[in-house]
Amino acid sequence: MSMTAHTAGKQVRPSQTPRTSSGALRRHRSAEIFAAWSLAGPALLLLVVLFFLPVFGVFAIALTDWEFGASSLSFVGLANFREVFADEGFRISLINTILYVVIVVPGTIALGLAIALLIESGKSFRAFYRAIHFLPFMATLTAMAIAWEALLHPTIGLINQTLAGLGLPTANWLRDENTVLPVLAGIGIWQNLGYAMVLFLAGLKSIPQDLYDAADIDGADAWLDRLRTVTLPMLGPVTMFIFIVVALKAFETFDTVQVLTQGGPGHASEMLLYTLYRESFEYLRTGYGASVAVVFLFIVVALTLIQARVMDKRVHYQ
Amino acid sequence: MAGITIEKIEKTFGATTVLRDVSLDIADGEFLTLLGPSGCGKSTLLRILAGLEVQTGGSVAIGDRVVDGVRPKLRDVAMVFQSYALYPHMTVQENMSVPLRMRRLSNWQRLPLIGRFLPGSKAVAAEIENEVMRTAKALGIGHLLGRKPGQLSGGQRQRVAVGRAMVRQAAVFLMDEPLSNLDAKLRVQMRAEIKELHKRLGVTFVYVTHDQSEAMTMSDRVAVMLDGELLQVAPPQEIYADPDDRRVAEFIGSPKINILDAKMHENGLASMAGTAFAVRAPIARGSSLSIGIRPEAFHLVDSHGVNILTGAVRLVEHMGSDLFVHLDVPGGDHPVVARLLAERAPQISSGQTLHLGVKPERLLLFAADGKRIRPHGQLGATVVRMKERLQ
Repeated sequence: MSMTAHTAGKQVRPSQTPRTSSGALRRHRSAEIFAAWSLAGPALLLLVVLFFLPVFGVFAIALTDWEFGASSLSFVGLANFREVFADEGFRISLINTILYVVIVVPGTIALGLAIALLIESGKSFRAFYRAIHFLPFMATLTAMAIAWEALLHPTIGLINQTLAGLGLPTANWLRDENTVLPVLAGIGIWQNLGYAMVLFLAGLKSIPQDLYDAADIDGADAWLDRLRTVTLPMLGPVTMFIFIVVALKAFETFDTVQVLTQGGPGHASEMLLYTLYRESFEYLRTGYGASVAVVFLFIVVALTLIQARVMDKRVHYQ
Repeated sequence: MAGITIEKIEKTFGATTVLRDVSLDIADGEFLTLLGPSGCGKSTLLRILAGLEVQTGGSVAIGDRVVDGVRPKLRDVAMVFQSYALYPHMTVQENMSVPLRMRRLSNWQRLPLIGRFLPGSKAVAAEIENEVMRTAKALGIGHLLGRKPGQLSGGQRQRVAVGRAMVRQAAVFLMDEPLSNLDAKLRVQMRAEIKELHKRLGVTFVYVTHDQSEAMTMSDRVAVMLDGELLQVAPPQEIYADPDDRRVAEFIGSPKINILDAKMHENGLASMAGTAFAVRAPIARGSSLSIGIRPEAFHLVDSHGVNILTGAVRLVEHMGSDLFVHLDVPGGDHPVVARLLAERAPQISSGQTLHLGVKPERLLLFAADGKRIRPHGQLGATVVRMKERLQ
């Protein structure tokens, strides 16, 4: 907008063309408006078609009893949502998801930071360590899940074999309702670790050396004091970002559940996105699935809003 | 209270030598400035004094204690950084408390939440708060204690950085270009304040700068550094009027000193820029030398002669009370710049031929290697002082 005013002002100022100026100005303006729309248009169109319309569609379907492939549907108001919140299966799924997030997010942040600090403090093989820790994040989780399945196999899996060899108790990791969620969370941490580590490494690089020097002079030169006085506070923005991204990724965990457990045993490893998938595409209850999607969307939006708020106020130290 | 003894400090980073055989005695309570262009090693020397950098060779003593290998916090030094290095997540109050908290509270007492309730920590915390308050008031930042560095102006941040260094009452104050991030006006004001602070605290100050006006106005002594070497250490007026080295003469003074190439002839005359100069120094016939003349050493004369430069005026700059006259002289690559009092030289225009006289004692002679050549029987003030100290 200010651009328009500025260039328009330039057009008017020359005194030798006072009569034509208002016409020229109008032509100039419409040319600029056209340019603005043609530049922003494609992105806007994509945003509407790929984002706003589907979201609106989901909201609309959530208010109907439509079943996938059915030729008729009727408006049922909030009945789907009432059913969702009354449903024991959904509640278990939500609690499982929250538990999973509560394990994965702190685990990923703590381990990612620890590895980043270790890599940063060492001198040799930095690129190598970076690469091997980042690999799980790059790999297709479905393929990796199959590898994990082999490792976790109750009889021939490496983990149980090792435990048995050491005389330790073994478990049927993916078929036991007490272990299945922590094991999935462990895989989740393993997968996101590299991502957190890379971001922490970048964050560590951007801490000015002056602050560590000042901490040395001020007497905060022990490992823990440096961490508390300089490193952790300066990593605040990065940590907040990792927190949100990993939380979002953890909320939408699907591949491991689908490949390894299908939500079992019972509902012990059922999570939101898997429930949504099953209701919509296996049971074909699209209206119900859409209302789960709406709940899911609320969680995601809430997280993002928290990020925007906290980031600006608490983490950037303004 | 402590002086500093720097002995034969060497510092190399890989193949590059940053400091070469630097030795320097700084008296207790002295304000010493390390002056030099960027990259001359002055900041590295300061960081070695602080213990942030380890020297490759040589030794540093603060007070009577050799501090080589001693951690910065145990050296009794405080430091102000060019970037101020304030902790951005802490308020001014917290920033200034850090040095005291780290020293007076134990590891347990500093723990968040729990630490507050451990025995003794409350009394110490109150004491720290009082001292921070007192220091902040003395610096005029008492009203800013609750703010974070991001909410302060450059000058205020600078004061907080000074405050954080001050609360500890260290014996030595190290300052690394503390004023270079401030605007010109504030810099002049803070210059006076730092000088004032030095008087009030009475401790040793080592101040690093590349700005000669800061060095000249604030210091008891200036140490001029170039390419990792200490060229001269002397009071400001002596550095200016009696430089030991051509590079010192060229670095100090604005406008820059005029350096002209000369050749020595018989009977004490040197020829330079089409003129003969009477030179009272033991220089062999036929050898070449450079002669330095400060712009203000010139005075207007009527006609050409011995000790008089003649040339055509290229440019006249009016500076109010002074005139800077740029004069093209025969054989010179650069114009000679003369600083004349405006009231004595009212009618000078470019193109005009001008005669500028110099008193023989205002000529600074330098040998081909840049070392100063002094007149017969006269020793440099620095040498005289060193001799006195030896006796």
